[in-house]
Amino acid sequence: MASDAFLEVRDLRISFPTDDGLVRSVDGLTFTLERGKTLGIVGESGSGKSVTSLGILGLHNRRNAEVSGEIWLDGQELVGASPDTVRGLRGNKMAMIFQDPLSSMHPYYTVGAQIVEAYRVHNRVSKQVARKHAIDMLGRVGIPQPDRRVDDYPHQFSGGMRQRAMIAMALVNDPELLIADEPTTALDVTVQAQILDLMHSLQEEFDSALIIITHDLGVVAELSDDVLVMYGGKCVEYGPATTIFEQPEHPYTWGLLGSMPRMDRPNLDRLSPIPGLPPSMINLPSGCAFHPRCAYEPRTGGLATTLTPELVPAAGGRHLVRCHLPAQERRRIWTDEVKPELEA
Amino acid sequence: MDEHHGSAQAATETRPREALLSVRDLQKHFPIVKGILRRQTGAVRAVDGISFDVHKGETLGLVGESGCGKTTTGRLLTRLVEPTGGSITFDGRNIAHLRQGRLRPLRRDMQMIFQDPFSSLNPRHTVGTIVGAPLRIQNVKTEHGVKRAVQDLLKLVGLSPEHYNRYPHEFSGGQRQRIGIARTLALRPKLIVADEPVSALDVSIQAQVVNLLDDLQHELDLTYVFIAHDLSVVRHISDRVAVMYLGKIVEVANRDTLYSDPRHPYTVALMSAVPVPDPARRDRAQRERVLLTGDVPSPINPPSGCRFRTRCWKAQEICATQEPPLVPQDGDPDSHLTACHFPVGRDDEIKGRRSADKRLG
Repeated sequence: MASDAFLEVRDLRISFPTDDGLVRSVDGLTFTLERGKTLGIVGESGSGKSVTSLGILGLHNRRNAEVSGEIWLDGQELVGASPDTVRGLRGNKMAMIFQDPLSSMHPYYTVGAQIVEAYRVHNRVSKQVARKHAIDMLGRVGIPQPDRRVDDYPHQFSGGMRQRAMIAMALVNDPELLIADEPTTALDVTVQAQILDLMHSLQEEFDSALIIITHDLGVVAELSDDVLVMYGGKCVEYGPATTIFEQPEHPYTWGLLGSMPRMDRPNLDRLSPIPGLPPSMINLPSGCAFHPRCAYEPRTGGLATTLTPELVPAAGGRHLVRCHLPAQERRRIWTDEVKPELEA
Repeated sequence: MDEHHGSAQAATETRPREALLSVRDLQKHFPIVKGILRRQTGAVRAVDGISFDVHKGETLGLVGESGCGKTTTGRLLTRLVEPTGGSITFDGRNIAHLRQGRLRPLRRDMQMIFQDPFSSLNPRHTVGTIVGAPLRIQNVKTEHGVKRAVQDLLKLVGLSPEHYNRYPHEFSGGQRQRIGIARTLALRPKLIVADEPVSALDVSIQAQVVNLLDDLQHELDLTYVFIAHDLSVVRHISDRVAVMYLGKIVEVANRDTLYSDPRHPYTVALMSAVPVPDPARRDRAQRERVLLTGDVPSPINPPSGCRFRTRCWKAQEICATQEPPLVPQDGDPDSHLTACHFPVGRDDEIKGRRSADKRLG
C-alpha cells in the first residue's frame, strides 16, 4: 500500500547476524515526515539512530544486514527497490550530512571536485557548468570567496567551513529529504549556532524534509517539529517536540532530561543521571529493554521484566509512548515527582 | 548542598581564600621550524600571557573554543609541557621550570584526568596495573599492599573490586573514565586538572561522572581545574569560571555572576550560542542569539590589540591598537575581571544583539 506522507517508515527492522548472535539495531521503527518539517531522532550510542539513517539511504551493507519493513519516499518504496534505483535517488532526492566532515570528505580531492562529482552523477552537464554550480552552492552556505576556496583541499578548511562544504555537497542536487547525523557534534558552540541557523534557513528556502540525529537535546529542541526517542533499537517515545519536552511520559526521556545541566534554569546542586549502562545490543534485557535502569519498574507489577511494551497513545493523547506504567500513573509521576525535581 | 555552595561563594567574595595555585603571565609558544636547518620561522602562541589563581577546595572552570589554549593551559599547570615564560606557583613553590627529576615528587600533589578514556588507558595492562601504577612509581607504602589500595580506589569511584584483573576493552566509556579517575586519585592529590573529562561520554553517563567528581571533591577535599567546552556542564560544576579566547583569558568571575551578567562580548556570544532544550522558547533564543561571523584567527599571527576585535560588533579603533587589561569593570565586584574596552552592560544587551544579528544571507 503506497503512502500519502512524503516519507513514511513502517516497521523498519535492520539486524546484523554476528558470531555472538543477531544484533537487532533497529527493531520495528515507524514514523512519518512531511516536506518542510524536521524530525529529531534522539538516543545514546548504540540505540540504533545512525543505523536508521543508513537504512533509509540504503547505505547499509546488503551482504550482512537484514532489512525488512517499508520505507516510502514520495510514493516510492525503498527497502525492496534495486540498488540502482536507490543509487539514483541517493544524493539526488535524498542526501546525508555526516558527523565528521574531515573523515567523510576525500583528502586527495579538492572540495570543489567533490561537489562537482556529486552534481554530475545526477546531472548531464559539463564540468564548467557543474563548477559554477559548486561555487554558487559554497557561497550560499556562507563560505567566503567561494570562487577561490573551491580549489582548496578539505584540510585547508576549518572545522566549521568543512561542515558548511559538506552541507553544500548534500544540497547540490536540491534534495527533498536531508538526513543530518550529528551534524554539529564535532563543532564549537558558536560554530554550531551558525550551522544550525544555516540549516534552518536552507530548509525554509528549499522546503525539504529534515531528519536530525543527535544525542544533544538542545539541538533537537532548536530545530525539530517532531521528536523520536530511541532506546535499544526501539522507539520509546514519539510525538511533537513541545509535548515531548513538556509532558514526556517515558522514564528514559525523564532520565535524559535529568542528566543534562541546563543554562536556562537555576543551577541544580545535583544532576539526576540514569543509573547503570546502556544495554548491549547482542544481549538486550528481556521485556522492556530499559527496565534494569528504570526506577519505576517495580510499579509495573513485574510486567516490564517479562513483556515488551507496545507503543501506545500517551495519557496526554498527543504522542506515543512505549511503557507498561498505567497512563494516568505516568502522567502523575511526571507532574508530581520528576518535573519538580528537574526545576527545583 | 545549596548552602555549601553559597557559603563557599560568600567566602571568595569577602576574604580571598588561600591560593593553592597561582599563575602569572604564563606563556607557551610552540616553535614553527622550516628547512633542514630547522630554523625557527614563527611560533604558535597557544597560551599568551594568562594570570589566575585557584583557591583551595574550589573548582575553576576553564572554557573556550577549540584552539583557544585551554588544553595547553591544563598541560602547563601539570607541567606536562614547560612554559615559555611566566610563573606557576603551586603550594608556595614556583614549578614553571623544574627539571624532570624534581617534578616527580610534585606529581603526588597534582594529577590530570584526560578526555579520551579509550586512548588514555594502556590496552595491554589490567585495571589493577593501571590504577596501581602511580603507587608503584612513587614507591608509596600502602598499609595492606597495593592490591588492596587499588581495590579500595575502585570502590571509591563506583567500580567493583573484582574488576582488578580485567582489561580496559572490557569496559564501556563511562566505566573507563572511572578507571582513569581512580588512577588520578591513587596518590591523594591536592589538585586535579580535568581536561574535558565528560565530553566523550553519553548524556546519561556524563551526569554520573559529573556527580562522581562532585562527591569526590567533598569527600577528599580536592581542588579542580575543570577544562571543558560545554558551558552548561561548566556552570554546573564550577565555583568560578575563566573564559579563554586565542591564548588569553578575556573574562573571569564567580560562576553565577559570569552566567547572569557576562561583560565581555565574546562571553555574551558564547552563552547565547548554547541551544536551549526548550522548543517553546526557541524563537526567543534564536532572536537573542549573537551569531559570530568568521572563524577564530590563527594563533600564529593573532590580531593586534584585543584579539576578539575581528569578530566583535563593538570593536572600535582603540581595540586594534591597545590591548585591554584584565581588570574589574565599572560596578563589578573585584572578583569579576574583564579584558575589554567596551564591556557589555545590562541595558545595552539588546542593542549589541541586534547589531550582531547580521544573518548569514
